[in-house]
Amino acid sequence: MAIHNLLNGQFLNRSSVIGARFMSSWFRNIQPAPKDPILGVTEAFLADQSPNKVNVGVGAYRDDNGKPVVLECVREAERRIAGNQFMEYLPMGGSIHLVEESLKLAYGENSELIKDKRIAAVQALSGTGACRLFAAFQQRFHPNTQIYIPVPTWANHHNIWRDSGVPIKTFRYYHPESKGLDFSGLMDDIMNAPDGSFFLLHACAHNPTGVDPSEEQWREISSQIKAKGHFPLFDMAYQGFASGSPERDAKAIRIFLDDGHLIGLAQSYAKNMGLYGQRVGCLSVLCEDAKQAVAVKSQLQLIARPMYSNPPLHGALVVSTVLGDPELKKLWLQEVKVMADRIIGMRTTLRENLENLGSSLPWQHITNQIGMFCYSGMTPEQVDRLTSEFHIYMTRNGRISMAGLNTGNVGYVANAIYEVTKST
Amino acid sequence: MGSSSVFSVASASLSLHDTNIKKNLNFGTNAFRFNNDGTNTFSNFKSSRRISMAVAVNVSRFEGIPMAPPDPILGVSEAFKADTNAVKLNLGVGAYRTEELQPYVLNVVKKAENLMLERGENKEYLPIEGLAAFNKATAELLLGADNPAIKQQRVATVQGLSGTGSLRLGAALIQRYFPGAKVLISNPTWGNHKNIFNDAGVPWSEYRYYDPKTVGLDFEGMIEDIKSAPEGTFVLLHGCAHNPTGIDPTPQQWEKIADLIQQKNHIPFFDVAYQGFASGSLDEDAASVRLFVARGMEVLVAQSYSKNLGLYAERVGAINVISSSPESATRVKSQLKRLARPMYSNPPVHGARIVANIVGDPVLFGEWKAEMEMMAGRIKTVRQELYDSISSKDKSGKDWSFILKQIGMFSFTGLNKNQSDNMTNKWHIYMTKDGRISLAGLSLAKCEYLADAIIDSYHNVS
Repeated sequence: MAIHNLLNGQFLNRSSVIGARFMSSWFRNIQPAPKDPILGVTEAFLADQSPNKVNVGVGAYRDDNGKPVVLECVREAERRIAGNQFMEYLPMGGSIHLVEESLKLAYGENSELIKDKRIAAVQALSGTGACRLFAAFQQRFHPNTQIYIPVPTWANHHNIWRDSGVPIKTFRYYHPESKGLDFSGLMDDIMNAPDGSFFLLHACAHNPTGVDPSEEQWREISSQIKAKGHFPLFDMAYQGFASGSPERDAKAIRIFLDDGHLIGLAQSYAKNMGLYGQRVGCLSVLCEDAKQAVAVKSQLQLIARPMYSNPPLHGALVVSTVLGDPELKKLWLQEVKVMADRIIGMRTTLRENLENLGSSLPWQHITNQIGMFCYSGMTPEQVDRLTSEFHIYMTRNGRISMAGLNTGNVGYVANAIYEVTKST
Repeated sequence: MGSSSVFSVASASLSLHDTNIKKNLNFGTNAFRFNNDGTNTFSNFKSSRRISMAVAVNVSRFEGIPMAPPDPILGVSEAFKADTNAVKLNLGVGAYRTEELQPYVLNVVKKAENLMLERGENKEYLPIEGLAAFNKATAELLLGADNPAIKQQRVATVQGLSGTGSLRLGAALIQRYFPGAKVLISNPTWGNHKNIFNDAGVPWSEYRYYDPKTVGLDFEGMIEDIKSAPEGTFVLLHGCAHNPTGIDPTPQQWEKIADLIQQKNHIPFFDVAYQGFASGSLDEDAASVRLFVARGMEVLVAQSYSKNLGLYAERVGAINVISSSPESATRVKSQLKRLARPMYSNPPVHGARIVANIVGDPVLFGEWKAEMEMMAGRIKTVRQELYDSISSKDKSGKDWSFILKQIGMFSFTGLNKNQSDNMTNKWHIYMTKDGRISLAGLSLAKCEYLADAIIDSYHNVS
C-alpha cells in the first residue's frame, strides 16, 4: 500500500524531529484532576489486599453475600430482547416506551397530566444526564437564575450545574445535632430566596443523608415554594428503593402535583432496576399545555443532540420491557421490595449492634434515615481511621452505603465504628 | 421575576379560562375548576392567602420557549416516514442498509450479545473513563497494536458516547484548557460539528474544502485557510470518508496537510466515524491518523462504532488524546474524566462490551472484518452502478466520475438546495439540502430511478 510505504519512510526521516517536538507539549498546563470523592473510594477499596475489607462507599446495591445483583426481571427482559433486529438510532428524545413507562411510574398510572400530554419528557443518561439536560436548559432559557441545592447533596450536583454555567446557592437541609432535617432552616431559606428561584429537591432517600421530610413537612414545603413562585426540580434516583414501594416513594412528587406545581423531574433506573452501567433515566418538565410541552421537548432534544445525539438503546429496552409487561412488572416490584427490605434490616441490625456494644452516642438516626445511605455523623478523621485501621471504605463525609453491609460484616463494621467514636 | 410572574399569571389564567370555557381546567385538584359563570371554587377555600399564591404556579417558567427547528439530518427520516408514496427512497440519515434496504445488525454483534447473555455479567457502573478492555481495543484498532505511541503510554483514551459524545469531550477539553483557541472545521462538514463546538463554547471558523466546480477537493483553498489561521488552532479533520462530501485527500495531500499543521503549530483533531467502513480495511482507513501520530504530533481523535459495527443505538465511541509523554497523557485523561462526570457520570456498558468481546476474540474479529468488507463492498458496487446508469443516460457530457472518486457512505451530488428539493418533491427521494445522498440507503435496484432523478434535477431545475 502506497500510504504504508510513505508512512514508514517518513517515520525514519522524522525521528530527530520527533525528539525535538517532545520538548514541549500542548498539554503541559493541564493539571491532574483531583480524584472523584465517591468513585475514588471504590478504586482505593479495590487496591486494598486485606481480607476484612468492606466497601460502604459507592451507592450500588449488594446482596447479603456482598455481590452485585442483576434482577431476575432484568435477566428475563434481556432474554426477550436478545436477537433484537433493530439497532438504529433512537430519536433524540430516546425511546418513547421508556418515557411513557417512566411518566406513569412517577406521575401516576392514570395521571391526567399524561393524558393531556402536558409533560415534556426525554430519555436521559441516567440521573446525571437528566440533571445535566435540565441544568443546560435552565442556563439557556433562564440565564440569570441560580439553582438552590441542599446542604449537603450528592457531590456531582455541584459539578453538573457548575459545568452548565449556572451559579449555585444552597439551602439548609441537614441538621447535624439531631442528624435529621433542619426544617425551620429549610423553610427560612425557601422564604428568603428571591421569588422564582430554582430549587433542587430529592424526592426520596436523600443522598447522602438519608433524611427525608415527613409527609406533613412536604406539604408545608410545597406551600412555601408555591408562595414564592419557585420552580421545584425533583431528583428521584431511588423510587421503590427507599420504602420498597414506588408509589409511596413518589409521595412528595404527588403532593406537589396536587398543589398545582409545574415540576421538573430527573429519574434514574440505576438503583431501583440495578441498571447502573446502562445509564437509563428520564427528564420530564410539566408544562401548562400540550403545545408548550412539545416546544420544551424540542428544546431539550436540541441540547442532547450536541452532547450525544441520541441516548443508548439497550437499557431503555430492558426498562420498557419490564414495566410494560404486567408479569415482569410484578416481579420487579417484588425484587425492589427485597432490596429495600434488606437495607432496612441492615439499618436495624447496625443500630442494635452499636447500642449493644455499649456506645454512649445516640444511633437512632440510623433507622430514622431511609434509602441507601446513612449519614453516620462521623468526622473525616474518624472515617480515615476506619479506613486505615479497619479497611472500611466510605466517603469522608461519614456517609455509609447501607447496601455494602451484610450479615457477614455488619458486626465487624459496628465494632469498628464503636472503636473510632468511643472517645467522642 | 417572581412578582411579574404573579402578575402575568392573572392574565394567563384568564386567557386559559376564555379558551377553555366549557372545559374543566383540571390541574390536579378541584381548586382550579372554573365554573361556567367564571367563579372559582377556590374562592370558597379557607385561606385567602393560599388562593392568590396557588394561582401563581400555573404559569410555566418556560412559557416563552419557542419550538426548536427540526434537525436537518434526523428530520429527513421523519419526513420520509410521513411520505406515503410507493417509490419513495430514503437517502437521508447515514445508517447502512442491505440491498433489500433493511437495517442490518452484524452477525458478530448478535454472537457477541448471545455470549454476553450466557455469561450473565453484572451491570455495575463502569469507571468514568469506561470499560478498560474496550479502551485498550479501540486505541489499538485506531493506531495499530504495536504503535510506539501506545507502547510508550502516550495515548489517553476515554470511552465516549459514540462520535458525538467523544467530540463533545474533546471540545470541552479545548474550551477549558485552551481558552481563546479556535477550531477550524471544513466547509462543508457534518451538521452537528457546529452544534457541538457552539454548545461547548468553542469558537470556530471554516476552511475551504469542497470545490463545486470539480465536485472534488479544493486543496489550494484548504491549505491557504489552514495556513492563515493563528498558530495553535485546532484543525478538525475527517479521518476518512468525509461527511457529507465523500471526498478525501490523497495520501500525498495528507502529507502536505501534516507538514503545514506542524509548521503552523496547529493541533489536529480527527473525527474517525468510518474506520473500516470506507475502504473495507481498518488499517487503510486509519492511515491519515497514523501518519500524523508517526510524525510525533500531539493529536486528538474521536472514534465511533455506529457504522462500522452497526452499533448506532448503543452509542459506543472514544476520545483519544495522543500526547508527547505518558505523564501528560495521564493528566489529560484525568481532566477528560472530570468533564465526563457532570455530563453522564460514566458511559453505557452494553455497546462497549460488544466491541471488546469482538475485538478480543480472533474468530469474531475475523468475522467482523469480513462483514465490514461486505458492507463497504456493497457501497462501492452501488456507486459503480449509479455512475454507469447516470453516464449512460446523461447525454450532456457532464463528468460524473466524482461518484466513483468519492468514498464512504455519503456522496455530494453537486445538487443545490432547489435541486435537492426537486429530488424530494418530484421524485420522493429524501436527502439533505446540501445535496448529500447516503449510498448506504441505495440499492442496485433503485440506481436507475435515482439516476433519472439526479439528471432531471441537475438539468431542469436551477
